[in-house]
Amino acid sequence: MKLYEISKEPIDIQAVIDKVIQREAGAITTFIGTVREFTKGKKTLFLIYEAYEAMAVKKLEQIGWEIEERWEGCKVAITHRVGRLDITDVAVVIAVSTPHRADAYEANRYAIERIKEIVPIWKKEHWEDGEEWMGNQLETVAYPSGKPEAGDLDE
Amino acid sequence: MNKVMFFAHLRDVVGEEFLSLEAAGKTVAVLKAELAAKYDLPRMDTVMTAINEEFASNDEVIREGDEVAFIPPVSGG
Repeated sequence: MKLYEISKEPIDIQAVIDKVIQREAGAITTFIGTVREFTKGKKTLFLIYEAYEAMAVKKLEQIGWEIEERWEGCKVAITHRVGRLDITDVAVVIAVSTPHRADAYEANRYAIERIKEIVPIWKKEHWEDGEEWMGNQLETVAYPSGKPEAGDLDE
Repeated sequence: MNKVMFFAHLRDVVGEEFLSLEAAGKTVAVLKAELAAKYDLPRMDTVMTAINEEFASNDEVIREGDEVAFIPPVSGG
């Protein structure tokens, strides 16, 4: 069973949840990232997600290890979709199980924030009047050393 | 030889998913600058680099056979 996957097919949400079921768990949180129609008033028609798949899987695994180090007894599974996604389609599913609920919420939040920092996946937004690859949306992040800084890596 | 991979807007500009070229002995910064000049690549200060699927610094030296990938700011999730 692969806990961290890039999928060209629609994600089976329950299958991701099932991967983190454990007898020690008192909670499972599931994050489902979906394709939003309007961003700051601009209408999106559809998205294309592209991944550097081999590295993306490694980086998802890394996030899993980071979480297991921080929150004891945690189990994590993440699947990210690639290809064309329409409005309301599921782009990512993160399931986290932990002995107590507070940790399950925190660890799940940590996972999605880290995905947005270090996992090589890109989305191209298609609008009625054009298309563009979205980077860090504000274009405010530079990487002077060529890779994420330690500060970027600690939340 | 080295496989040098491009993604997102860089792939659109270069027009290839990857190039095969001799980059051994060069630092990441040198290769980045050469390709930026040759293909007129935009916003390279925001682009990270991976060597063999792990993030690498600009001063890292590329070895024979290394797979290099240029990683624009990511937008998954």
